[in-house]
Amino acid sequence: MSNPIFLIIQREFLSRVRKKTFLLVTLIGPLAFAALMIVPGLLATMPEDSKQIIVLDEPTLLLPHEGKEQYTLEYLDPRENDLELAKELLRDSQYDALLYIPSGENWDPDFIKNNILLFGKEDPSMEMQGYLDYLLEEQINKAKLLKNGVDPEVIAQIKTNVTIKSFTLGEEGTDEQSAVPIKMALGYITGMLIYFFIFFYSVQVMRGVMEEKSSRIVEVIISSVRPYQLMMGKILGIGLVGVVQFIIWIGLSGILYTVISTFIFPELFAEQAAAGAAGNPAGDMVGLEVLDMLRSIDFTTVILGFTFYFFGGYFLYSALFAAVGSAVDQEADSQQFMLPVTIPMILAIVTAMNVIQAPNGALAFWMSMIPLTSPITMMIRLPFGIPLWEVFLSGAILVGTFFTVVGLAGKIYRVGILMYGKKVTWKELFKWLKY
Amino acid sequence: MITAKKVSKEYSSKLALDGVDLSIPKGSIYGLLGPNGAGKTSFIRIMNQITAPDKGEVYFGSELLQPRDIARIGYLPEERGLYKKMKVGEQVLYLARLKGLTTNEAKSRAKEWFERLEMSGWWDKKVEDLSKGMAQKVQFVTTVLHEPELLIFDEPFTGFDPINTNLIKGEIQRLNENGATVIFSTHRMESVEEICNHIGLIDNGKVMIEGDLLDIRKHYKNGTFAFTTRTAVSDWGPHEVLSQKEDHMGYRTVLKSSEFPKELVITLSEKESLVAFEEVLPTVSDIFIEIVKNGPKPWNHE
Repeated sequence: MSNPIFLIIQREFLSRVRKKTFLLVTLIGPLAFAALMIVPGLLATMPEDSKQIIVLDEPTLLLPHEGKEQYTLEYLDPRENDLELAKELLRDSQYDALLYIPSGENWDPDFIKNNILLFGKEDPSMEMQGYLDYLLEEQINKAKLLKNGVDPEVIAQIKTNVTIKSFTLGEEGTDEQSAVPIKMALGYITGMLIYFFIFFYSVQVMRGVMEEKSSRIVEVIISSVRPYQLMMGKILGIGLVGVVQFIIWIGLSGILYTVISTFIFPELFAEQAAAGAAGNPAGDMVGLEVLDMLRSIDFTTVILGFTFYFFGGYFLYSALFAAVGSAVDQEADSQQFMLPVTIPMILAIVTAMNVIQAPNGALAFWMSMIPLTSPITMMIRLPFGIPLWEVFLSGAILVGTFFTVVGLAGKIYRVGILMYGKKVTWKELFKWLKY
Repeated sequence: MITAKKVSKEYSSKLALDGVDLSIPKGSIYGLLGPNGAGKTSFIRIMNQITAPDKGEVYFGSELLQPRDIARIGYLPEERGLYKKMKVGEQVLYLARLKGLTTNEAKSRAKEWFERLEMSGWWDKKVEDLSKGMAQKVQFVTTVLHEPELLIFDEPFTGFDPINTNLIKGEIQRLNENGATVIFSTHRMESVEEICNHIGLIDNGKVMIEGDLLDIRKHYKNGTFAFTTRTAVSDWGPHEVLSQKEDHMGYRTVLKSSEFPKELVITLSEKESLVAFEEVLPTVSDIFIEIVKNGPKPWNHE
């Protein structure tokens, strides 16, 4: 007789994979993922309609600056126009906005800076205001410097931009260039992925349990297999669905990203790369530096850690969710039990930024030891290089807790699935542990 | 087939079973009877090893009940259902394989049953598209497909329509004739009286009485006799008349008599008025009420 747990895994897996929604979610997932990567870039480069701005520049502060492609500046002669006339002109013309720079009494820059006005046919955009602010500040600074007898050229020369290259002290003199930004991104993304995976699939376990309970098939099944086998079969089967879905997603996302970046919007990606390079004074060095940084990350640990916490977290939470699902009759009733179960996970995500900023701090340490938060928090920390003993301790605690929780959840599950038409309280759940 | 010895089970301070001794003979159709909450389902779940007793033992045949016996039991619980989104055929195969059948065995037996119960076109239908009566037939097939030696039905006829009830009663009797032991558990005692040959009466977790149905009814007979006469008779002598009503054969009078009413039978038949005469045995519910009121009647081993 084949082990019934394999039959259960098989059913749980096939019944989900063969659903149309699985196909849909699996295919749309990467599209959404690719869209997440591409759309912001696309939006950022999407030019706003170019605006024409007329400037009434009484102190000739900006003149003859022509603006830029997006915001062209045209000047009115201050001897022939005043603010009222200029407003009239704006109203009857094709211009989009009017910038008014008053000269005041004696061209006092501090007076001027407080009295500049901008009128638009529509609300002037933040971007336009930002651009004009920047232009004006630059000119007013210059004017102030001149007024105080300082040559602006000197100031420009004095201005210094410091770039620190940071290293992690290696053991045998092989100092590695540290890669904080990449580690941050890696930690954050993998942590989020684990959070998403745990939540998405644990809830499916809960739904599955509730489906069996509400369709009343569960008693038939557990007269053939142990309740524990049914619960574990469900957890493993749905976990397998998750793994398959995940692998397909990664594969498809990669393909999609490549296709889009090389065939559909090649110029966009070239631009992004160029923009990245231009932002750095040593543009051609960027690529090499990134490679150096990547080399400093222990990918074996990260990948092994990811796999471990991915499954560890899922098993732990899905057992809890299975217990919740068994205790309630309807999904609406599940809220009161779900909240306390999900709070640790949400806590781990909320504190993610603090953990990233101080990956070896006390908060990070304790959150990566507590088993309900460790899958996410430890994953965020892993790329930063964590002492091995911490990783093993956290892993051992997680595994230990998993077995304890599965035992307890199994007990609640065993009683819960046969309990109908009863609103269950926390007190009762604890009683069930002793049945 | 099943022997329970001093089985007790407690649920959070409520004693569901209190030292239950039962013995279910091989080949019998056994009625496990009692009101709601008496402990029937608790006992059934112990037989199915869904729960374990706190105290006492249950034997399957001559050996203690053990996990592999699951494959020898077919169980239709009171709370029953099917996976709504699954196809009928797949579902039947899945449940049969959980009971240890191979796919091929399960398939050929299922086909046979589907033909016998006129369900042949249903194989690829989804359960949610079946009517309630159709789903009940599928459930019945899943219960018996692995040819269990012991069949347990908990409240089997609640929710079954009359046609299915008869069909399934017939099938169960056929399975019993082929050697299966059958347990019916119900609180509606009259519904199984005609097909059971053994009963166990449970109340408040205790066995009130157990044994051969006919023996029990004979044991509890209390001198009740029924006369059916062509014309209405008003003089019944010293006997206490319990009821009188007209039926298709004439007038039926039920009365109590401390001994066999030989005189009455002779007098009435001489008048050619007597159509039928019988001694009325108490029904199981009568016996149940009697026991609850006055306690069990001791057996006199004369």
